[in-house]
Amino acid sequence: MNAREEILGRIRTALGPDRPAPAEVRRDYRLADGRPPGDPALLDLLIDRLEDYKASVVRCAPPDVAVTVAGALRGALGEHSPAGVVVAPGVPSGWRPDGAVEDDGRPAVALAEHAATLTGVSVAIAETGTLVLDGSPLSGRRALSLLPDCLVCVVEAAQVVGSVPEGLARLDPLAPLTMISGPSATSDIELQRVEGVHGPRTLVVVLVG
Amino acid sequence: MTAVFLGIPTAPPGVGHLRGDRSFPDAARDSLRDGQLRANLGHATATIRGKRAAVVGEVPDWAELREAGRAIKAATMARLDEHLIALEEQVTARGGTVHWARDATEANAIVTRLVQATGADEVVKVKSMATQEIGLNEALEAAGIAAHETDLAELIVQLGEDTPSHILVPAIHKNRAEIREIFLRTMPGVDPELPDDPRRLAMAARAHLRERFLRARVAISGANFAVAETGTLAVVESEGNGRMCLTLPQTLITVMGIEKVVPTWRDLEVYLQLLPRSSTGERMNPYTSLWAGVTPGDGPQDFHLVLVDNGRTAVLADEVGREALHCIRCSACLNVCPVYERAGGHAYGSVYPGPIGAVLSPQLTGVEDNASLPYASSLCGACYDVCPVAIDIPSILVHLRAEHVEAQTRTTPEALAFRALSTAMSHPRLWRLAQRAAGLGRFLARGRPTLPATLPPPASRWTRSRDLPTPPAETFTQAWAREHGG
Repeated sequence: MNAREEILGRIRTALGPDRPAPAEVRRDYRLADGRPPGDPALLDLLIDRLEDYKASVVRCAPPDVAVTVAGALRGALGEHSPAGVVVAPGVPSGWRPDGAVEDDGRPAVALAEHAATLTGVSVAIAETGTLVLDGSPLSGRRALSLLPDCLVCVVEAAQVVGSVPEGLARLDPLAPLTMISGPSATSDIELQRVEGVHGPRTLVVVLVG
Repeated sequence: MTAVFLGIPTAPPGVGHLRGDRSFPDAARDSLRDGQLRANLGHATATIRGKRAAVVGEVPDWAELREAGRAIKAATMARLDEHLIALEEQVTARGGTVHWARDATEANAIVTRLVQATGADEVVKVKSMATQEIGLNEALEAAGIAAHETDLAELIVQLGEDTPSHILVPAIHKNRAEIREIFLRTMPGVDPELPDDPRRLAMAARAHLRERFLRARVAISGANFAVAETGTLAVVESEGNGRMCLTLPQTLITVMGIEKVVPTWRDLEVYLQLLPRSSTGERMNPYTSLWAGVTPGDGPQDFHLVLVDNGRTAVLADEVGREALHCIRCSACLNVCPVYERAGGHAYGSVYPGPIGAVLSPQLTGVEDNASLPYASSLCGACYDVCPVAIDIPSILVHLRAEHVEAQTRTTPEALAFRALSTAMSHPRLWRLAQRAAGLGRFLARGRPTLPATLPPPASRWTRSRDLPTPPAETFTQAWAREHGG
């Protein structure tokens, strides 16, 4: 008998002929936050949670995204070459700082040489301070938001939901998803939190609206 | 109903890390003497306990989430075969390949063969309990393949040629000075002036691993969850080392215990709330990666999922003990356990320490192979209170103790002693005589609060892990008689 048949057979033996009926799963936990996406209180909550995790957040009006992103990059990187910034292919031109390079699927080693990445997000969850990137052109491929040391994500107010269930309901389970809550961090040495081990050490969120 | 009766194999001996060389009381005696270890552990567990309590307190529907988390796992186990078949179908439909492994030996052989097929002689690894359980690193090494741990704590443990002592923070027993010393000794090209500041140490690890991430062609991970309905795999982590491994190499091999499957995508909305808050005391861990099969142009283009039994079906066969399979490896039970806090993770001899290890390891190996573990508990119940999926660990401990006692063919000194006690307690005259005889213990104690640490055999088997209080000068019945003239 092959391993598959044997393991399935063991499970059936273990459960016996009178296998228990599957327990009923009551979803009487909070499915929604109660506030609509983009509600001002949710935006404040998101900012609070992101800052608690050492991300920096800047807010701006829709026409000012590019200039805000440029300012945020200067704040994070100091004087830098515009070509050091790589953007996800679906990022609107109105968000892009002058001179930034579009991701063309270059090898990881080349990607790692960029100082910063600019992407959008698929959804943001206020309660946990989480941004979700879904591999779409706006979010970019996974390596893009991983290798450069500074990650700038533009979040539009309407993308901000309150709870984890609301966030997951908006996602495609078949997409390559990355949920980001603050920059890379470790607490492995005497439980002292250190931001930035392997992923981006700086996370900047530009909240629009 | 026991696993032995049904003939379902437990995890085989001689491979993997589920059995210690020594019994828990013997191993714990060493760690109890290690003041540094106890100080590190005490600080760490108290800190995580506090953080966890604060973020759990923020969630108004924690009780409902916990009950849903428990119910989903119970429902999953009741139809485990069907969910695994669905998972296999979904992963295969999305370009992945599913392998089934009866035990640790078979799982190691499958992974070794897959790595060899790529021509690579090294792999990068995401921290994974399943691969530690089966001893994958040792198996790969035997085949000439270097397995590099990339989680900072796992790296510390690996470079220090040590073993993990905690599910979540495996190097919890090491302080900054010890970690600095390990890095200086083992990391090529490290600055000899490296200070023991945690940030500088973490940055040294970053530099050490970055090059490995970029050149690695094969990665090996575990899985926190696998969704049967969609074929979606999930890995939660903090550092980004997981993202590096799951994203950059060409080939990804994920090894998971068969109990990690959940039926539906929606089930993740429960566990992604329960797990981070219970484990690290965070509202959400910094990084969660979710993927289904292969995505052209993004991430590994060759994906293998290895489903491992290694004793899990034997656990499933035990109607009381099967709840241990619900564990989502958050380690909240370790951080509240008074026994773990003092004995440390190494004393349990298995990769699964603490209260959950005390019920899971003996079931995976068969109780007689880990017979001391069900006794490594005060049965205080704190583990049950914090468990995010409400596993009744104390009840399983008692159940396994009974199974161990029933398995004994020879009468133990303990059984004899309790038989004598039972006789004495059912005869008032005998009981009074026994109490008077116990008063002799006061001579042995010579005024100290407990009797000598070691009584002569066979009583030594009882006193080696327990203090025996000095009998009182007067029994309750004597005091009653004196005061009330009984």
